[in-house]
Amino acid sequence: MENKINNCSIRVATVNGTGSQSSNSLLFKSLFRMGVGVCAKNMFPSNIQGLPTWFQIRVSQKGFQNLREHDDIAVLMNAETAHADIKTMRPGTTIFYNSSIVTFTPDEIKEGMHMYALPVEELSKQITDTKLRTLLKNLFYVGALSHLYGIEIDVMKSVIQDTFKTKQSAIDANLAALQIGIDYAKENFKKTDDFGFKRSNTNDGKIMMEGNAACGLGAVYGGCTVVAWYPITPSSSLAESAEAYLKKYRIDKDGKTNYAVVQAEDELASIGMVIGAGWAGARSMTSTSGPGISLMQEFLGLAYYTEVPAVIFNVQRTGPSTGLPTRTQQSDVQQCAIASHGDTKHIMLFPAGPKECFEISAEAFNIAERMQTPVFVMTDLDLGMNTWVDDDLVYKKPQFDRGKVLTAADLDKIQGQFGRYLDSDGDGITYRTLPATNHVKGAYFTRGSGHDEYARYTESPEAYTRNMDRLLKKWHTAKQYIPKPIQYGASSAKVGVIAFGTSHSAITEALERLNDKNIKYLRLLSYPLHDEVEKFIQSCDKVYVVEQNRDAQMKSLIEVDLPGYQSKLRSIRYYGGFPLSSDLVERELKKQMEK
Amino acid sequence: MSAPANCNRLGLSKNDYAGKPSTLCKGCGHDSITVAIQQAYYDLGIPPHEITKFSGIGCSSKTPTYFVERGHGFNSVHGRMPSVATGASLANGNLHIIGISGDGDTASIGMGQFCHVVRRNVDMVYVIENNGTYGLTKGQFSATADFGSKGKKGWSNPYPTIDCCALAIELGATFVARSFSGDRKQVIALLKAAQAHKGIAVLDIISPCVTFNNHEGSTKSYTFVKEHDVPLHELGFVPSFEEIQVEMKEGELKDIELHDGSHLTLKKLATDYDPSNAIGALSVIHEAKEKQQIVTGLLYFNKDQKDHNSVLNMTSRALNTLTEVELDPGPEVLKKINSSLK
Repeated sequence: MENKINNCSIRVATVNGTGSQSSNSLLFKSLFRMGVGVCAKNMFPSNIQGLPTWFQIRVSQKGFQNLREHDDIAVLMNAETAHADIKTMRPGTTIFYNSSIVTFTPDEIKEGMHMYALPVEELSKQITDTKLRTLLKNLFYVGALSHLYGIEIDVMKSVIQDTFKTKQSAIDANLAALQIGIDYAKENFKKTDDFGFKRSNTNDGKIMMEGNAACGLGAVYGGCTVVAWYPITPSSSLAESAEAYLKKYRIDKDGKTNYAVVQAEDELASIGMVIGAGWAGARSMTSTSGPGISLMQEFLGLAYYTEVPAVIFNVQRTGPSTGLPTRTQQSDVQQCAIASHGDTKHIMLFPAGPKECFEISAEAFNIAERMQTPVFVMTDLDLGMNTWVDDDLVYKKPQFDRGKVLTAADLDKIQGQFGRYLDSDGDGITYRTLPATNHVKGAYFTRGSGHDEYARYTESPEAYTRNMDRLLKKWHTAKQYIPKPIQYGASSAKVGVIAFGTSHSAITEALERLNDKNIKYLRLLSYPLHDEVEKFIQSCDKVYVVEQNRDAQMKSLIEVDLPGYQSKLRSIRYYGGFPLSSDLVERELKKQMEK
Repeated sequence: MSAPANCNRLGLSKNDYAGKPSTLCKGCGHDSITVAIQQAYYDLGIPPHEITKFSGIGCSSKTPTYFVERGHGFNSVHGRMPSVATGASLANGNLHIIGISGDGDTASIGMGQFCHVVRRNVDMVYVIENNGTYGLTKGQFSATADFGSKGKKGWSNPYPTIDCCALAIELGATFVARSFSGDRKQVIALLKAAQAHKGIAVLDIISPCVTFNNHEGSTKSYTFVKEHDVPLHELGFVPSFEEIQVEMKEGELKDIELHDGSHLTLKKLATDYDPSNAIGALSVIHEAKEKQQIVTGLLYFNKDQKDHNSVLNMTSRALNTLTEVELDPGPEVLKKINSSLK
């Protein structure tokens, strides 16, 4: 029989904006502090208050950061969705429900279901502060769960204390509400299922962090000085985190800031400011999501063609158009690979968890300045807005790569004219100067129209073609500076999986369950594709490209960039908007491999 | 030691402020503005390498190549010059930024960015070379064309005009002026004062298009503008490095001290005009419009507003010069952050 200690999936259904988020976070953090392998994902609507929302907690021995497709325990607090929710539950599921507002008919209750009725509204009368009642009553189910499954009360207390810090009245109110749930469960609930939590050490050396915060912090450690952005879900908290960290850690002794954060009037202005700042030599970034990238296209072409460094965080959501703004997808891969009209090719980076968000975000500024071009850090809503359990952030002493920038002293040594777009090193990367370089040769004119090696306006087909060919060469040179893919599994395997970003946990777990199938896995951390990708495909009979979009966008890029392997490539896609589950990957792999 | 003849106070010649030859039509108003810009920078003795030029797209936006070749220039995308200039000023607050735009580039596609760059009070000179027409695409009306003004094809403009000066005042601009490319003396005085101002200085310069908007019936033709130009005052500029010596009767002259210590003198003409009064300025602009007059001169000035970088409380050191030493929060901070995430 499957071990049910530290191994279950919990779904909590509540109404958006009622304070359930802090109750759920208490559950999640308490499990984390007990050392239990835990993963949490928030399925929320595009709404401030009133629409249904679900919070899922997955507990596993190894702490996998993806969800199963089924739930073992359901906490149904939302009358609006309770009947639909229970319909999706398997026989044998444990159900906690708000019996003050929900009654199930006998035929709704499946075989072996463990039913726990929690009269939330009646119990809430014990909370005298009517204003706080709506918020605090969400703690009843936390109390009941903690009693039945063994979440340590001291741990929960520590979480509440850390949350409210010096606000003693809030701490007391929360603890009292929690106790109401515990007491009710003690008196009325008899445990009939086998689930439970036990102290473990799965989280040694680990942190809980949202990808957006990790990206923001990475930008700070990467030496970013200019942030221009426009609010959009799910990326807003990235810029806001960056600003919060900057406010804390980047104030000069005289109280002045050594950074600038501007909330722009729209995405066009955000990227415009980033390009202006990057052109003038500051490390600059913006963060946005798919619709913002659509708006930035013209400017991205300008930055590509005029060769200006810029870091763009794209926290992808479900498109096209407004799409599902609070759901996740990897569907901007192709849009970012070639953003803008005309022939353009961009660099993309794909972190898979907060630790990589931190490291890759910092590194993105080195890459952008080295390559003098826009660099996309591609995350998604799942990574950006959910709290992930990942390894501690590791400090790396920074050595900023400011790229090929000529100073006045450098210009002194140049014979003849300074050629802004002259490929003197043969790697496609040319030298630039910054405005106000005090030298007669120092200035050049930047234009989005045709230009020659000396930045002069030209419509010459030869000069234009030379420039475009050099830009292509530069894009290939980027492979020396961007992170290489990571290979997992036996190299002798003949079946391969290629994936990137948030698909990682689902794939790792699925392959572990399929370990008899001998499958190896290559995780892409960046684009353009390194030679390792081609070698990986060459070494396989079949390669499944797993991605979270409808149109197999990464597979298409691979097919175009590495022609000749089309017959080996297969596609596994999920694009429903929820985070990718290991169950889906496992099922699809099995199905396709049997063909 | 005084500077040699034919040189400015830096010992530089006019040639040091020159650009590439213009490729605009012969007689284009924009070319006279280009000449005025070179003259203003030369007279002020601004180091040419510190002058940083921005533009969008259109005839006007081509002009930054025609002056101060020794300064960096950035010809960006249509209507978005303000954001690029804003970014550069954040990266290095010590640049002397001039943005050249047109009426199409500012009042149509770039209206949003114009409003916000004004609102932020970015330290830059913002020149609108205003000819009421889209020249590069051969003569369509722009949003600054007057209602009823005739286009080259003989059609009348059916829409009301957008007055960028009135709009700028409404948006809280700190320096707003209107001029006429045919009045070089006034243009130069305003450019110098704009350069001395810390914050955004909006200069709407009516600059006739000789090819597409210089015919009878157009309210932006040379003849029409000359006949309807009503200067509010006679302008004089005294740079910070020269002593101010003006003798004038009481009430005849207003003296405005600018941020860098230079002075703009306003000699009274027909009526007394007070550029510190925003409401008054708006009335004068609107009344003039009704009379088909074009009032020129310094329309509005406010010295008390902080420029964008000061609003953000930024260090005076250019951000682009900061290194790992200043920017790395270090390992101890990261350690603390790690432990706060457990």
